Amino acid sequence: MLLKIKFSQQRRVHLAQGLWLLSWMAVMWGVIIFCLGVYLKTELLRRAEVMDNTEIHVVPNILMMVGLASIGTNWVASRACQDSLDATRFPRWKVFLLAWFAVAAVLCCLLIAVVVLSYALQGSLEESLKVGLRNGIRFYKDTDVPGRCFQKETIDRLQMEFRCCGNSNFKDWFEVQWVNNRYLDFTSKDVKDRIRSNVDGRYLLDGVPFSCCNPASPRPCLQLQLTDNSAHYNYEYQSEELNLYSRGCRQALTDYFMELMNSTGPGVLSVVLIQLSVCLSLRYLQTAVEGAMALEDPEGDSEGYLLEKGVKETIEDLKANALKMLKFGQVDPNAAEGSSEAADAEKAEKTASPTPAS
Amino acid sequence: MVLMSVKFDLKKRVKLAQTVWFMYWFAVMGGVLVFSMGLFFKIELRKRSELMDNNESHFLPNLLILMGLIACGINAFGGKICYDSLDPNKFVKWKSMLKSFLVLCMVLNSLLFITALLCFLTRIPLQFTLAEGLKNGMRYYKDTDTPGRCYMKRTLDLMQMEFRCCGNENYRDWFEIQWVSNRYLDFGAKEVKDRIGSNVDGQYLMDGVPFSCCNPSSPRPCIQNQMTNNTAHYSYDHYTEELNVWKRGCRDAMLSYYGGLMNTIGALVLLVTILEVAVTIGLQYVNSSLSTLANPEDPESESEGWILEKTVKETFTDIMATMKSMGKGTKVEEGGEAAVATVS
Repeated sequence: MLLKIKFSQQRRVHLAQGLWLLSWMAVMWGVIIFCLGVYLKTELLRRAEVMDNTEIHVVPNILMMVGLASIGTNWVASRACQDSLDATRFPRWKVFLLAWFAVAAVLCCLLIAVVVLSYALQGSLEESLKVGLRNGIRFYKDTDVPGRCFQKETIDRLQMEFRCCGNSNFKDWFEVQWVNNRYLDFTSKDVKDRIRSNVDGRYLLDGVPFSCCNPASPRPCLQLQLTDNSAHYNYEYQSEELNLYSRGCRQALTDYFMELMNSTGPGVLSVVLIQLSVCLSLRYLQTAVEGAMALEDPEGDSEGYLLEKGVKETIEDLKANALKMLKFGQVDPNAAEGSSEAADAEKAEKTASPTPAS
Repeated sequence: MVLMSVKFDLKKRVKLAQTVWFMYWFAVMGGVLVFSMGLFFKIELRKRSELMDNNESHFLPNLLILMGLIACGINAFGGKICYDSLDPNKFVKWKSMLKSFLVLCMVLNSLLFITALLCFLTRIPLQFTLAEGLKNGMRYYKDTDTPGRCYMKRTLDLMQMEFRCCGNENYRDWFEIQWVSNRYLDFGAKEVKDRIGSNVDGQYLMDGVPFSCCNPSSPRPCIQNQMTNNTAHYSYDHYTEELNVWKRGCRDAMLSYYGGLMNTIGALVLLVTILEVAVTIGLQYVNSSLSTLANPEDPESESEGWILEKTVKETFTDIMATMKSMGKGTKVEEGGEAAVATVS
């Protein structure tokens, strides 16, 4: 027996009551995990316009699923607790509880997988943001194209809210045309020069939209002619730090989401701990109550244990059971074994017989 | 003639006491709610106190906090009385002070009602405070090198972005002040000298607004400078341009924000007042039903409960008479002394 403990009737009752409270606490934690999953999913959906793929959504999806499953599982555990002190109702839980332990183990594994995934998918999130933001910046000017007309507003609000500029930094804006052709005077010399200065005929400027401006700057925002020191009084392009946001939006968004997912880490791990303790307590309760029911005096002392035999023996037993179940699917094994044994015996006789001759 | 009398037997009395006890717990939570709303309002005022020139009145949030605490205390006490009323032995010690406690409850209820009214009226003084504060705030926008005012620019920019507003009444307020610090003006340039020479105070005024006035919903990149000059920008007419900068003034925006907040708080305080009045009436019924037992020795006897022992008019005249007699009592003494003085 593994880790056996003696239980008197009093102790069994206390264990049942304590486990009932613990399982309701676990139900509450399941609700919290579900809400965390919903919150994370909402945040990801809000920024779906600047994300290219939805691989990262697997984290909140698993959280929501596990939250719901753990609510159901722990509610079942609390009902098992209530029935455990009633000798007539407890026996029907026997097979059910085996399934319950399997489900609880799967839930714990899924929760640990979520924590691992939230770190592992960071690269995928960055890639998705890189492509999404690049498209957003490219379509910034298309406020008259149906389907893309809100791109400008989305990017502007994103840059203001997350205090970032461009994809990797503000220079990304120098490489795209972010002013719509409707507002360009194609007869003016400046516009014609700029358009001829590059292969694609785009109007490129060394300027950024207003949403890149940093309110903490002591001087009014300089948006245009950023690389030209002589265009602005007392301005040095290389040393100017506070004028625009220096962080890129990809970095800002990745940091935000990673922080969100990391903050769910402690919550998830505590749910794993609670689930494990519910599991262990339920196992002790089950074995103690079954032991008590087998005694002549049901109110007497009984023993509770985790495993009936040692760990090794239990694994061997499980293996044997599994093989037995597999063998039922094969052709009658005894007949096959018997014929092979007979063939072996014949072979042995045959090899044995020539030797006396030689 | 009693006001709204109800007959009570033991079962009904017990049920009444339990219901009123339960309602007292809700009233305690109501008190906590009033307290937390006062705290929330105080924090909101503090957050924007720079924009109100640090001049805003904290009277109302302080009053809400105080009323919340008092309401909590009184309701908890009332709940205890209700709980004890089920046991005749315990109730005896409360009997004597119950009347004064009920009067105290009524005073609290009227104070709560007045607080709710104040919540709705607080918009008016706030309007003046905001107008004054925003005007000064805009004047100090450029003073990012003056200690004590160096964060005004950031505060104003963040506020204009958050509340989606521009200037005090509208964006033209920015045309009337110099919002560019002198450190960034090239006094050797002709344009700067012209602008400074064009007005009495020697200020660098321009027809432009800070970037925080820009509206992200505009289809074209934001036009901040030379806003009144149609030729400076291609395909631009400043009379018909609506989406370029925020059209709303910040005074309006902040007033509607705080006004909405105060209306919500006022409505909630009114609800709490109604709850308080209900529990006071409940306690009065408990009190009257326990003091009119048909057979004082037998706790299971019938009794009658009421709100007022006599009608409203009679109670009012009684109170006036008591007050007059208290006043006359002192007067008679004076008269007696004077008579004694004249006699001797």
